[in-house]
Amino acid sequence: MIEISHVNKWYGPSFQVLKDCTTRVAKGEVVVVCGPSGSGKSTLIKCVNALEPFQEGQIILDGIKVNDPKTDLPKLRARVGMVFQHFELFPHLRIIENLCLAQEKVLGRSHDEAMAKGQKLLERVGLTVHANKYPAELSGGQQQRVAIARALAMDPIAMLFDEPTSALDPEMISEVLDVMVDLAHEGMTMMVVTHEMGFASKVAHRVIFMDKGEIVEDALKTDFFGSPRSERAQKFLSKILSH
Amino acid sequence: MFDNLDFDVIRRSLPYLFLDGMSFTLMLTGLSALGGLVFGTLIALMRLSGYKLLGSIAGLYVDFMRSLPLVLVIFWFYFLVPYIGQWLTGASRPIRVGAFTSSLVTFIMFEAAYFSEIMRAGIQSISKGQPAAASALGLTYSQSMRYIVLPQAFRNMLPVLLTQTIVLFQDTSLVYVLSIPDFLGAASKVAQRDGRLVEMYLFAAAVYFVISCVASYGVRRLQARIAIVR
Repeated sequence: MIEISHVNKWYGPSFQVLKDCTTRVAKGEVVVVCGPSGSGKSTLIKCVNALEPFQEGQIILDGIKVNDPKTDLPKLRARVGMVFQHFELFPHLRIIENLCLAQEKVLGRSHDEAMAKGQKLLERVGLTVHANKYPAELSGGQQQRVAIARALAMDPIAMLFDEPTSALDPEMISEVLDVMVDLAHEGMTMMVVTHEMGFASKVAHRVIFMDKGEIVEDALKTDFFGSPRSERAQKFLSKILSH
Repeated sequence: MFDNLDFDVIRRSLPYLFLDGMSFTLMLTGLSALGGLVFGTLIALMRLSGYKLLGSIAGLYVDFMRSLPLVLVIFWFYFLVPYIGQWLTGASRPIRVGAFTSSLVTFIMFEAAYFSEIMRAGIQSISKGQPAAASALGLTYSQSMRYIVLPQAFRNMLPVLLTQTIVLFQDTSLVYVLSIPDFLGAASKVAQRDGRLVEMYLFAAAVYFVISCVASYGVRRLQARIAIVR
């Protein structure tokens, strides 16, 4: 589904953020990407739907080369859902309008069709009563669930999550993770940048550990938590699991 | 001191002052603001487009317009527009352009430079995450601008745009240099005809003052109402 091969990316002439990154996410697979801040994990996931350009290597998404100048990027992006750290709901639109806009403008669905789909997804994330509110009237956890619903409204073939819970208060993290766990159990292809190791151990198939722009470890979940091979991953795990 | 003043001249000239003068001033203000907004948005988008050439053309234009006194531009256009018209249409002699058209073109060009800077600041005030989220949903650049960035930017900058329009309302009085009877021009004509300079200029000042004050108050009320809660 997602094939990342030998991706290199520089900011400016000398600062390399991604170093020869190679990995893949198969259909229906859940892959968690973790690592210390500044390790390039968010940058890598943003390269997958070309929100970030990269200079070398290639990424193939469902058979389409992302970094081919001839690729119709808006069309490609419409097929992959993305959830951001800071939700990025559209503050001037009501919740239901947030869900309908891209369905109508990008997929060309009728207003009624989009509304029906939007209502169904709001129900799924348990926010039906908030349909006519504005994003600022909702809590962070609720906003992030709306953001997931907004992405799902496009019927994506895969979902990308860029630290979906790291801007949330602790008591709101689980309501967002619950939605993500359900998605994973339904067989959604997911690439998730997160530090939530509980989530990783529950639903991930593979865990990728990045440090300084490199993929240091790319292992099955059990291998990663059982016995990480690299010293850096061991250190990282002991740090975040020690509390 | 006020013994020999005749304020009745104001009452007698009210129809002329408002029906002719003020309606011209308001029309010129409204049309210039509208045109300035459209061209200003285009210039702002050019500057933010990321294309170096477009950006520097727009930048040069803005700097050029903002470095000239408005009165000079008004004069200049009045004498230049006929020749530009001639050149564009290939006519054998300069196209006659009315004072209104000429001043309208001037104000649109001039205000576009100011409006574009306000628009640019407004667009840049929207966090990068918003267009990124729009792109991630598959919206094209122009859709993202139209449905996500510009509506929010407009709301942020509407108070500043309206305040600039109030300044424009006052600036339109500069068309007196072309002997156009806008509100100030009309007042000035009556003043000179009847020899009532003090009365008429006092009255004109009071009218500009009241209208601008009321409009500013309206802008503040509006600002409180439309602010997007974040």
